[in-house]
Amino acid sequence: MTTAAPPRKIPGLGMLRETGKLFALGLDVARGFFQRPFQLREFIQQAWFIANVSILPTILVSVPFGAVIALHLGTLTRQLGAESFTGAVSVLAVVQQAAPVVTALIVAGAGGSAICADIGSRTIRDEIDAMEVLGVSAVQRLIVPRVLAAMLVAVLLNGVVSVVGVLGGYFFNIILGGGTPGAYLASFTLLAQLPDLWISTIKALIFGFIAGVVASYRGLNPTGGPKGVGDAVNQSVVITFLLLFFVNFILTAVYLQVVPPPGS
Amino acid sequence: MGAEVVIEGLSKSFGSQPIWRDVSLSLPPGEVSVMLGPSGTGKSVFLKSMIGLLKPDTGTCVVNGTDIVRCSEHKLYETRKLFGVLFQDGALFGSMNLYDNVAFPLREHTKKSESEIKRIVMEKLAMTGLSGAEDKLPGEISGGMRKRAGLARALVLDPEIILCDEPDSGLDPVRTAYLSQLLIDLNAQIDATILIVTHNINVARTVPDNLGMLFRKELVMFGPREVLLTSHEPVVEQFLNGRRLGPIGMSEEKDSATMAAEQANVEAGHHDGGTEDVRGVVPQIQPTPGLPVRQGERRRKDRVMQILHTLPPEAQEGIIESLSPEEQQHYGVRPHQLVGAGQHAAGGSGGSTVPLPTEHHGELPAEEVANRPGDRASHGESGQHTDAQWWSNQ
Repeated sequence: MTTAAPPRKIPGLGMLRETGKLFALGLDVARGFFQRPFQLREFIQQAWFIANVSILPTILVSVPFGAVIALHLGTLTRQLGAESFTGAVSVLAVVQQAAPVVTALIVAGAGGSAICADIGSRTIRDEIDAMEVLGVSAVQRLIVPRVLAAMLVAVLLNGVVSVVGVLGGYFFNIILGGGTPGAYLASFTLLAQLPDLWISTIKALIFGFIAGVVASYRGLNPTGGPKGVGDAVNQSVVITFLLLFFVNFILTAVYLQVVPPPGS
Repeated sequence: MGAEVVIEGLSKSFGSQPIWRDVSLSLPPGEVSVMLGPSGTGKSVFLKSMIGLLKPDTGTCVVNGTDIVRCSEHKLYETRKLFGVLFQDGALFGSMNLYDNVAFPLREHTKKSESEIKRIVMEKLAMTGLSGAEDKLPGEISGGMRKRAGLARALVLDPEIILCDEPDSGLDPVRTAYLSQLLIDLNAQIDATILIVTHNINVARTVPDNLGMLFRKELVMFGPREVLLTSHEPVVEQFLNGRRLGPIGMSEEKDSATMAAEQANVEAGHHDGGTEDVRGVVPQIQPTPGLPVRQGERRRKDRVMQILHTLPPEAQEGIIESLSPEEQQHYGVRPHQLVGAGQHAAGGSGGSTVPLPTEHHGELPAEEVANRPGDRASHGESGQHTDAQWWSNQ
């Protein structure tokens, strides 16, 4: 993947090259999904590990997240006199936007950083090289199961966040905000529709993929020594977050164009 | 028989900084080679380029007909199965115990049953003196043990080419000697091509068939061990003697002012850092008695005798002296004959009248002595006479 050194330093070229390598790894991983033998053991171990470190933080984050949305909407809709829409907007916001993003943040922050640190320390101990030399592709053996695990856990956690977020919204809106339970529940399907759930799941899947690939990429290319691994972990989380919001924007824009809102 | 590795015009740079340029050498099949070089001359980078972990900028590295530098990924993984690589720190998988580490290549690449895997793993662990430690994790054992376990793992697929990155670093002299013996024994048993990267002078002098040296971004020399051991090339001489005096400095290169100052110091009686004069050819380590004869050594003898006339006189002398009288007879050469031949050519009195060694321990059976391709069956006086002329003509 490395190319010959450029004769002159062109600003931005380094960044471009890194981006290219990141994409190349992404493609390699995507191709690896279909290559046999599949590392089932590694996949299950990693999925269990990522779920383990991220499930509690996810729940803890999603309760207040749902609550904040509910509280804001509660006051706003009351002023507008559109209280019947509180539930609808809350569900839409939580399922379509909040859930995948919260999930991905946690998967990247808890799971991705662990993946990056693990791969990074293996790289500086020459373990990755040793594996390659033994004729075993490190991407196939280590990276693919991790990325798949991140994707699986992201999708599953997305469901958890959706449920917990909506429950949190319900709790704060009805119990604390004094809303009417019947109206709240009945309005669920006013704005939200089934495709919202699909796009939510697809987003979670893609975000999980990004988190896994970025973490692995930074882990495979630390810049020298144990400190480099620390830096790589830090960077992997930051890069994932940046990519995440950007990709989320694009996916949402495309989705709104493709799927018409109900009633229009 | 081990695979041959032919490297031509290999260059590597990181960014704008060249590591080494235009390295060409070939590792003859089944022979043991050592690559020397001061720290930081890119020896490890060289090893990694040989197995395709780093991509050289130019050049080719052909193993069994496959160019490692430019072949497809699939082909690369296939070719890598021929290699056994010992990394500097063993590069064991930290999450697995020694047994699983050594069994890893077998489980990945073969369909052997667990009981068979167990037999092979235990055999390799015993070979490297690690019996009983198979349940330990790499973090729980010493650096020397990690290194030996790394070697066991490298050997488990019966590689045709073994690459060792500083097998001696971090080992005490005794363990280094054992490891050297182990490598030679291995070579005798499986006839693998071995390349050792090191800066240990003792290993370089006693283990290899061929020696090479990297310095100042290029390959200074590569050839039969006798050539480097008797060389008067300043870099090689300085390195083999471990002296401060010479072109190698604390940072890689030295300017002439420093060199002159050091020379003056030494002349004034200041010690030059070398412990003893270790020039000259010393006997090579032989396989443990009871093991088969090293096929590579036999092939090398033929090869070296064929190119003998192209080597410097001192190296020729060293090679001839290392032969047994029977072999000298077989190849039609005699110690000190060369010097005589040289004098003869210079117009001096003929040295070729030195008599043959009178005691022979009997002729070796024909199959025990390797045949020189195109051997002129040069036994007896006439054959030797032609040989003497053959050298003096060079």
